[in-house]
Amino acid sequence: MTDQGSYYVPEQSKLPLGAALGMGTMGFGAAMWVIDGQSATVFFVGLAILAIVMYKWWGIVIEENMNGMVSNQLKHSYVLGMLWFIFSEVMFFAAFFGALFYVRVLVNPWLGGEAAITLFDDTPTDASTANAELLYPGYEATWPPLVTPDQAANGESAKFVGPDQAMSFPGFSSWQRILAWLPLWNTIILLTSSYTVNIAHHAIKEGDRKTFTRWLGITVLLGIVFLFLQAEEYIEAYQHMGLTLDSGIYGTTFFLLTGFHGAHVTLGTIMLLVSFLRGLRGHFKDNDHFGFEAAAWYWHFVDVVWVGLFLIVYVFD
Amino acid sequence: MAHGPSENFFTRWFFSTNHKDIGTLYLWFSFAMFLLGGAFAMIIRAELFQPGMQLIKPEFFNQMTTMHGLVMVFGAIMPAFVGLANWLIPMMIGAPDMALPRMNNLSFWILPFAFAILVSTLFMEGGGPNFGWTFYAPLSTTYAPDTVNYFIFGVHLMGASSIMGSINIIATVMNMRAPGMTYMKMPLFVWTWLITAFLLVAVMPVLAGAVTMMLMDINFGTSFFDAAGGGDPVLFQHVFWFFGHPEVYIIILPAFGVVSQIIPTFSRKPLFGYSSMVYATAAIAFLSFIVWAHHMFTVGMPIAGELYFMYATMLIAVPTGVKVFNWITTMYKGSITYETPMLFCIAFVILFTFGGFTGMMLSIAAADTQYHDTYFVVAHFHYVMVAGAVFSGTAAIYYWLPKWCGRMYDETMGKVQFWLAFIAFNITFMPQHFLGLAGMPRRYSDYGLQFADWNMVSSIGAFMYGGAQLLFLFNVIRTIGWGKPVEDPKVWEGADGLEWTLPTPPPFHTFSTPPVLK
Ligand code: HEM
Ligand SMILES: [Cu+2]
Repeated sequence: MTDQGSYYVPEQSKLPLGAALGMGTMGFGAAMWVIDGQSATVFFVGLAILAIVMYKWWGIVIEENMNGMVSNQLKHSYVLGMLWFIFSEVMFFAAFFGALFYVRVLVNPWLGGEAAITLFDDTPTDASTANAELLYPGYEATWPPLVTPDQAANGESAKFVGPDQAMSFPGFSSWQRILAWLPLWNTIILLTSSYTVNIAHHAIKEGDRKTFTRWLGITVLLGIVFLFLQAEEYIEAYQHMGLTLDSGIYGTTFFLLTGFHGAHVTLGTIMLLVSFLRGLRGHFKDNDHFGFEAAAWYWHFVDVVWVGLFLIVYVFD
Repeated sequence: MAHGPSENFFTRWFFSTNHKDIGTLYLWFSFAMFLLGGAFAMIIRAELFQPGMQLIKPEFFNQMTTMHGLVMVFGAIMPAFVGLANWLIPMMIGAPDMALPRMNNLSFWILPFAFAILVSTLFMEGGGPNFGWTFYAPLSTTYAPDTVNYFIFGVHLMGASSIMGSINIIATVMNMRAPGMTYMKMPLFVWTWLITAFLLVAVMPVLAGAVTMMLMDINFGTSFFDAAGGGDPVLFQHVFWFFGHPEVYIIILPAFGVVSQIIPTFSRKPLFGYSSMVYATAAIAFLSFIVWAHHMFTVGMPIAGELYFMYATMLIAVPTGVKVFNWITTMYKGSITYETPMLFCIAFVILFTFGGFTGMMLSIAAADTQYHDTYFVVAHFHYVMVAGAVFSGTAAIYYWLPKWCGRMYDETMGKVQFWLAFIAFNITFMPQHFLGLAGMPRRYSDYGLQFADWNMVSSIGAFMYGGAQLLFLFNVIRTIGWGKPVEDPKVWEGADGLEWTLPTPPPFHTFSTPPVLK
């Protein structure tokens, strides 16, 4: 499209409709799957459609870039797109951090009988505490809660049974225990990986492709080790600590926050891996490597979320 | 394919990368959803025509109120304004297209799938969602039909569509303005959409979080919203309204933008207080993040919370008042003519302000104890969402359609439609204030005899309002097919802005080379 001025407006494309079809099929299939727990076929068909389309789509974008169709202005659109996408991800995590905050700071004490002064009865001693007394007598608010309100009130017959043990910081009592504490290692690994990806970034800016691929490769490996350790931690939680999705609000917030973080690490690792493979093929230049840069930004974001998780979910609990 | 649209119908409309065609798709989709959501409303009003159960079962009534709200908010109003954004933003800022044209088409095509999933639940075992458009837990979790899972994934898809659409709009506005088009020269419609898009990117993920928590509670044993496990159903309301309140501004801000374009044209005066309009929009957007719990005054919040949310909510009246003041002052001493778009905008100013006042009443925590969950709230939000968002959307179509297709709508028919809509709207929703103040709760399929008269009036108004929409549809189709040709690029004598410098109708690709602004 030579008469399009400097900004490249692509030709008609089948890809968007294909991607929408894939997403729609996945959505429908996911609902079918969770309802009866077995009809997963539709979901995976959708996923396959989406995967194929995405593969082609990115292929085309890369090709356009190689053919010099991507002006600086269009590149800037991609940059903005990525930054705002990361912002939306931040807000997604904010919902779960917010839920944790609300439950820890307000709900848990209320359930334990601490008075909440409401507009409609400002005698804090009666109604609100009585509420807790009537609903869940005997529940004592602690964090992390090892006994659920249900359990405190109904003992054996409770629907939600708290964990035997939480994922807390073991304290400074013994070095062995600190060293055996996986979250610490995971923190070290992720922080290191942010550093290594940074080295790779500097290297490609100087056109040093060898250093770039080497450090990027190391970053990908660190990502995989992190995921491996997290899987290990989950197995530990399920098998030895009685900490599961159904062990009340602690398990709920723990698994959802760390789980979504893990899912994002997985995505980030795949993005970095693709960048690594593209690096091997020599796709990136010192002044043109946004595909990688976007992945690196994403990686830093995932890292920052982890630091938040580490402090709030593990250390200060 | 450089100069015109594809000859092939399928290629043109399904594989498009053109902001005008995609805008058209959005607008038609939105109108289809408007009719569907309207049909649900007709069923609701038919059942409420008289006390007692006549036509449908209470379970189905609940599905109708839920689906009406969901389809109207997510299917009709939001896509309508995205459609307008698609058509107008590139033309208003002198850009060749949206920043990311393929993603633009993806954002659109997700919607038909999402709504197919949502609406299909009506035909499934257990029926569709029946827990209200605000889907409070535990109604939407513990007590929900299995089909709630389709609803959850449908909402996820709509969220993905909105986020991509908004990112596209932000990138377009930030990156594609013609040289000389500084931020403070942008038309207000562009400004309001930029801020709206920011709101969307910020809160749609929170909505995704809310439905994800539901999904986990329903299927995977978590206890976000279950006090037995240490969670809290009220947590749902906090997460939902953290999305929900900004959402109402997502709906109304682009409407503000439309009105701020149209009123100056027919007043033949530049907009009064341009920069204060921009700052007011930003202020409203900021405030919208910190007032959410005014929807939860009766849920049993600590008194400090009640007071904080009450005062913070009242603050919104300040920037909103600035806007209303500016619209009125723009009209003051203008040489006004009353073409259909202008009529809708004037009605907007009056009725939206009225809705703002009822909002102020609701924001008084102590008074809200009486109003909450009554028809008063229903009346409030229909004044702001129908007379606000829908009226301004209608105005926008009448105003820009002649530009887009180079044909004039029938003015008499437009005016008739306006008066019909205006009168019918008030007949429908004004009495709902009285009903609510008298104590009629919302979302019930039956009511006490003392509410019978106003309910009948309201239903009659609703049917009239529905009829007015068919007239609108007819007028639009007639215009596109057989309207009187317009050639003047400006269409309207008082119109101002880059889109009016283009030929009428504008060629398929516009501003391939950016215009230069003084
Ligand atoms: C000055 C401006 C406004 C104020 C002070 C205000 C205040 C309120 C309050 C306090 C409520 C809760 C009532 C209750 O449930 O008891 C409410 C409900 C509502 N408002 Fe507004 N509002 C304003 C403007 C708007 C606008 C511009 C919109 C949308 C375009 C809007 C849409 C809604 C909706 C949809 C609900 C009901 C949600 C539901 O429960 O289904 N409001 N408003
Ligand atoms: Cu609100």
